Amino acid sequence: MKHTLSVLVENEFGVLSRVASLFSARGFNIESLCVAETLDPSLSLMTIVTWGDEMVMEQITKQLNKLINVIKVTDLSPRKFVDRELVLIKMKTTKTNRAEILRISDIFRGKVVDVCHKSLTIEVTGDEGKLAAMIELLKPLGIKEVARTGKIAMLRGVQ
Amino acid sequence: MKLVGSQILIESLKKEGVEVIFGYPGGAVLNIYDEIYKADFKHVLVRHEQGAVHAADGYARSSGKVGVCLVTSGPGATNTVTGLATAYMDSVPLVVFTGQVPTLLIGNDAFQEADIVGITRSCTKHNYLVKDVKDLARIIKEAFYIASSGRPGPVLVDLPKNVILDSTEYEYPEKVEVRGYHPTYKGHSYQIKRALELIYKSKRPVAYVGGGVILSDASRELYEFITTLSIPITMTLMGLGAFPIKHPLSLGMLGMHGTFRANMAISECDLVIAIGSRFDDRVTGKVDEFAPHAKIIHIDIDPTSISKNIKVDIPIVGDCKRVLQGLLKEVREHEEEADKVRGHIKPWLEQIEKWKKKHALAYELEDDVIKPQYVVEKIGELTKGEAIIATEVGQNQMWAAQFYEFNKPRTFLTSGGLGTMGYGLPAAIGAQVANPDKMVIDIAGDGSIQMNIQELATAVQYQLPVKIVILNNAYLGMVRQWQELFFDRRYSFTCMENIAPDFVKLAEAYGAAGFRIEKVKDLVPTLKKALDYNGPAMVDVIVEKFEGVYPMVPAGASLKQMLLV
Repeated sequence: MKHTLSVLVENEFGVLSRVASLFSARGFNIESLCVAETLDPSLSLMTIVTWGDEMVMEQITKQLNKLINVIKVTDLSPRKFVDRELVLIKMKTTKTNRAEILRISDIFRGKVVDVCHKSLTIEVTGDEGKLAAMIELLKPLGIKEVARTGKIAMLRGVQ
Repeated sequence: MKLVGSQILIESLKKEGVEVIFGYPGGAVLNIYDEIYKADFKHVLVRHEQGAVHAADGYARSSGKVGVCLVTSGPGATNTVTGLATAYMDSVPLVVFTGQVPTLLIGNDAFQEADIVGITRSCTKHNYLVKDVKDLARIIKEAFYIASSGRPGPVLVDLPKNVILDSTEYEYPEKVEVRGYHPTYKGHSYQIKRALELIYKSKRPVAYVGGGVILSDASRELYEFITTLSIPITMTLMGLGAFPIKHPLSLGMLGMHGTFRANMAISECDLVIAIGSRFDDRVTGKVDEFAPHAKIIHIDIDPTSISKNIKVDIPIVGDCKRVLQGLLKEVREHEEEADKVRGHIKPWLEQIEKWKKKHALAYELEDDVIKPQYVVEKIGELTKGEAIIATEVGQNQMWAAQFYEFNKPRTFLTSGGLGTMGYGLPAAIGAQVANPDKMVIDIAGDGSIQMNIQELATAVQYQLPVKIVILNNAYLGMVRQWQELFFDRRYSFTCMENIAPDFVKLAEAYGAAGFRIEKVKDLVPTLKKALDYNGPAMVDVIVEKFEGVYPMVPAGASLKQMLLV
């Protein structure tokens, strides 16, 4: 089962490498990993999407906690959380497909961030399902390139 | 007070109570060596950096203190990797200082540059690259704290040359606070109560004890706990010495080369009480068939050890000593329960006694050839079981574990987790430095002794009277045994016959005493002469070539499938 982990770490050189090498050394999987500084510049927040059964997830959480530079590990998956990813999609454009591409982009609340005679780049954010649906619709129209940020996530507020 | 980096290092080591550095000089650490010279700090010059780390490791295991190493950059640093991995697997507290090229040159493929922090990330508990001399004292403080607290382990501190030369205001920090590191020492009291409920109900319990008990100096508490409830106890390779092996409740070692009764008991028990042990594959055999009828209580300071290989019913995260104290306190308050336990365990103890009678550890003595087990037994008799024994890895290690009677903690030094050949001699040297008045013996094989033989020069230089007893069977014996059992006796590259050096001459060339024993009748007198020799000595004992280590559980088989030959 897929799990989204929120990992608070010290903002120091080498920490990303410690986390990444832990995953590779122990044979854990990483689907995506995002990291950036928090409001407190001495800390960074990592969002890691991984998968495994209960025992594997327990090990991943404990092994992360064991790293000296890791402050806190939260598995968001058993609880309600929002996750988002930003994607840039560069489309091959012709006279005939440009309107269709823009229509699809509009439906998904995409934004055109670059345009020229031969191509058009759309920026779009969303969760996994939305992005997959959009990319599926755009595919037959000619995708040139896709770049994704990987997921970031946060627990929902108490209701 | 303004000091330069190298002075800060030496002053900080003094503050940490460090008595000795094991090391090897080189370009990047010249200034530190100059400071050692001026401060007249005790330093043991090894002959290879791997030897430095193993020596510091032997020093640490035998004394309970943190072992300290100093090596130069590049090859000096990379040579420490096997030593670090060895110490990491067996949770030995070390601080290893490596030289590094100046920060400005890092990443430029400078002369003798290696990314040692990157290289050792997965075989140290933590490591540091010091980028600014202002951080040096704090980092040293943290390094010693991290190495020696929680589940101990090696910490590496990489020191670029400019950091060693730069100066700053020096004050050694009084306190240490590492934001992401808070080991749990005290066991959860509710878990302790739940564990005791299981223990009180159990009719066939077994305590399975590992190196954690030795690391936390919990032997006394363990002894009281075991004897009060009269629970049979088996030890892992790393746990030997935690509990007296001759005690009637001791089942000896378990696992791949464990005793028949220990492996049978763990397979038939209804409760495993794991204390400071980690369910290593050499202990469990086939995981699905390990203790199939048992509930499992697991006491360990490292949460990642719990439910890693085997699903645990009652985890207790904490220091073995503290948790055992917690258990004992409860036990003392409910003496009637302890009485009951002792009563209903009786049939179980009788069953274990039957297993013991059926297959005790044994071997056949012969007149014309020396049996390696016999050599180990005689070493045990001559030293009255009071020596510190280091081993190499392979058959020599297993025979030492099976036939030397370990009664005290910190007397058995062996590379259990990583299985590092070449560990024994330098570890014995380190142990002798820590214990100048004790007999220290390296039980070796003719293969593994050659992996760090150069350290004989270290022993001679410092007149450290370590004794090396080579069980010379002219083979890489353990690998040969596997080839005999599982590869139709195709002895691929394991025969060392006629290609080994003359160990007596070799010892003499280094300036140590050399002895050779070929006949059974010479064994005791010559062994005695060697052990009495006032200085380092090497004894080459020519033993039976094809002797195997038994019992043996083939890799991946269940513990009950022992080969008992």
